[in-house]
Amino acid sequence: MKYIDEFRDGAVAQGIARTIAAEADPARAYHIMEFCGGHTHAISRYGLEDLLPANVRMIHGPGCPVCVLPVGRIDAAIWLARQDGVTLCTYGDMLRVPGSQRLSLLKAKAEGCDIRMVYSTLDALKLAQAHPERQVVFFAIGFETTTPPTAVAIKQAQALNLGNFSVFCNHVLTPSAIAQILDSPEVRQLGTVTIDAFIGPAHVSTIIGSRPYEYFAEEYQRPVVIAGFEPLDVMQAVRMLVRQINDGRFEVENEFSRAVTRDGNEKAKALVAEMFELRRAFEWRGLGLVPYSALRLKEPYAAWDAERRWDVPQDSPPDNKACECGAILRGVKKPVDCKLFGTVCTPENPMGSCMVSAEGACAAHWTYGRFRDVGKKADA
Amino acid sequence: MTLPRRAHPRPLDIANGRVDLTHGGGGRAMAQLVEELFIKAFDNEALNQRNDQAAFDVPAGRMVMTTDGYVISPLFFPGGDIGSLAVHGTVNDVAMAGAVPLSLSAGFIIEEGFPLADLARIVASMAKASKDAGVPVVTGDTKVVEKGKGDGIFITTAGIGMVPPGVAISGDRARAGDAILISGTMGDHGVAVMSQRESLGFETAILSDSAALHTMVAAMIAAVPGIHVLRDPTRGGLAATLNEIAAQSAVGMLIEEAAVPVRPEVLGACELLGLDPLYVANEGKLICICADSDAEALLAVMRAHPLGADAARIGSCRDDAHHFVQMRTGMGGMRVVDWLAGEQLPRIC
Repeated sequence: MKYIDEFRDGAVAQGIARTIAAEADPARAYHIMEFCGGHTHAISRYGLEDLLPANVRMIHGPGCPVCVLPVGRIDAAIWLARQDGVTLCTYGDMLRVPGSQRLSLLKAKAEGCDIRMVYSTLDALKLAQAHPERQVVFFAIGFETTTPPTAVAIKQAQALNLGNFSVFCNHVLTPSAIAQILDSPEVRQLGTVTIDAFIGPAHVSTIIGSRPYEYFAEEYQRPVVIAGFEPLDVMQAVRMLVRQINDGRFEVENEFSRAVTRDGNEKAKALVAEMFELRRAFEWRGLGLVPYSALRLKEPYAAWDAERRWDVPQDSPPDNKACECGAILRGVKKPVDCKLFGTVCTPENPMGSCMVSAEGACAAHWTYGRFRDVGKKADA
Repeated sequence: MTLPRRAHPRPLDIANGRVDLTHGGGGRAMAQLVEELFIKAFDNEALNQRNDQAAFDVPAGRMVMTTDGYVISPLFFPGGDIGSLAVHGTVNDVAMAGAVPLSLSAGFIIEEGFPLADLARIVASMAKASKDAGVPVVTGDTKVVEKGKGDGIFITTAGIGMVPPGVAISGDRARAGDAILISGTMGDHGVAVMSQRESLGFETAILSDSAALHTMVAAMIAAVPGIHVLRDPTRGGLAATLNEIAAQSAVGMLIEEAAVPVRPEVLGACELLGLDPLYVANEGKLICICADSDAEALLAVMRAHPLGADAARIGSCRDDAHHFVQMRTGMGGMRVVDWLAGEQLPRIC
């Protein structure tokens, strides 16, 4: 496949692996957090850990939009789906995420709620046009990448004068989450978690550009390499980060230059700025309340905001007590450190959000990497 | 002396007519549908007896029987339709025991309002598949359900076949050291069907691989009667089927990603849809597990058959207490090839 095979070339990967092994200083360890679930997935899917020397370790970050939504927002979506005349449209992954009381959108659907899986915001718009008697609510989730499509959908609803379409907005922001991790007690005071460097987001950065990371690199003195989601992108980013760490540099470098510029997509950014404003704080699974980390619709677009159309509950029920998704999302724990992992929590029966999405750290490790635990936890 | 009155004064209006509740009611309308559509198309000695059961002689020996329901959406897809699929799928299930398929039954559950033209097209395609395979549909049943209680048409077929003496093929016979072979490219059927789903709207030239595999199986058994396992990787694709066999046989497996043939168009479509071709359904491919020493002979036989031109050895079985199916990726790393979680593609067959 043109433009894809080039980034999945095994021989090139082996070559980069040899360079990393040669350049990595055996006297020290390299702790690299890949922020995005897309990178987590690529690392597990292609078995990239096998290509890295033992002292270069990857830490999975919180960049999986399905994983970071707290229980309360899932409950709120279920609440919306249960309202009279509502058709709730959602991306497929959200269906299985557990809310409180062992509920999920999938179970609500089986109960009789009208919940539809859509592939894009446009499918939801089409549903609203085809069913003027229904209130069609789009369950909008995701980082900066998925915000512009939501904005476009609302613009189209406005142009079509679609009064029965609205958006349950859960769009969150990457930079605030990275700052929250670097400010966490485990990293700052306790020193129990070491993060030497970051692989920066691929798709998110196509929108926001590389500039927003310059502040972290400088302020927290951590190198960032923005990288694509293909396996060679990840390998190359690791090599670039090992070099920066060896040189004592902390710069923002762009491995994904085929898609990311310093300033990003100006048109998309302008559209988002026009239509959305920052929430004062937003709850993230694992990170708690993160200041100015999420978006909501501005007043002129209030008519399309499901949270203004309905009195959506704003509760914040706790996670399952034994579930370690929170610590895993902060990089404090690994999936195998969770008692539920692989015992009662599996992709077929997820207890926590990290086991749901293919980008979640637990699902990726269970699906692709659990053979590595043999002799460690499984046989212990 | 008057001539006997014709049972059905006017023939079925296949071009414009629709199935209604009387077609399943047991009266003349049903008799006419059976006569003018099903018996005419399937035309064989046992069926033509017009009894509620087919009577026929069978040779002595070991018999296999299987049944399968077909609920695919859409009913017509590039490379086949629900009718041909209902024949191929069941013939293949019989053949995966190494058996020679003898005959099929077919049950139709049709929704009120279904166009007779579509039904005729499906039945014709089914009859052609059955004749091409040399496996007659010897008995059948028709039911009609009210509008909204079905989705067009569902078909259930059952099949019987005879296992040749000395053949003992079963999912629990894979042993450490055995070779794992597949008969061709993975994922064609699933992607061909997905390409027709309304909400996806992408165009592709990919055809379903739907085909009856029993003649290839017969040639394989003639060359190597001691094949250990045969199975067709339908729902859940190669990944699910290998996991089933690994669990049944209590072995682990190691396959090479680079050795698994996948068409570039299928890879492209999977990339677009976020699917893994290892999990996408096939309807005309088989997995064969055999002693390492038999692998080359079997590959040669498979490649000589039109349905096995792309046959390949993809890996081996090995001892593993956890029965992991592992894969060396194209990058050189290792990963588990896990069971499919949930439903990747609903109603694919």
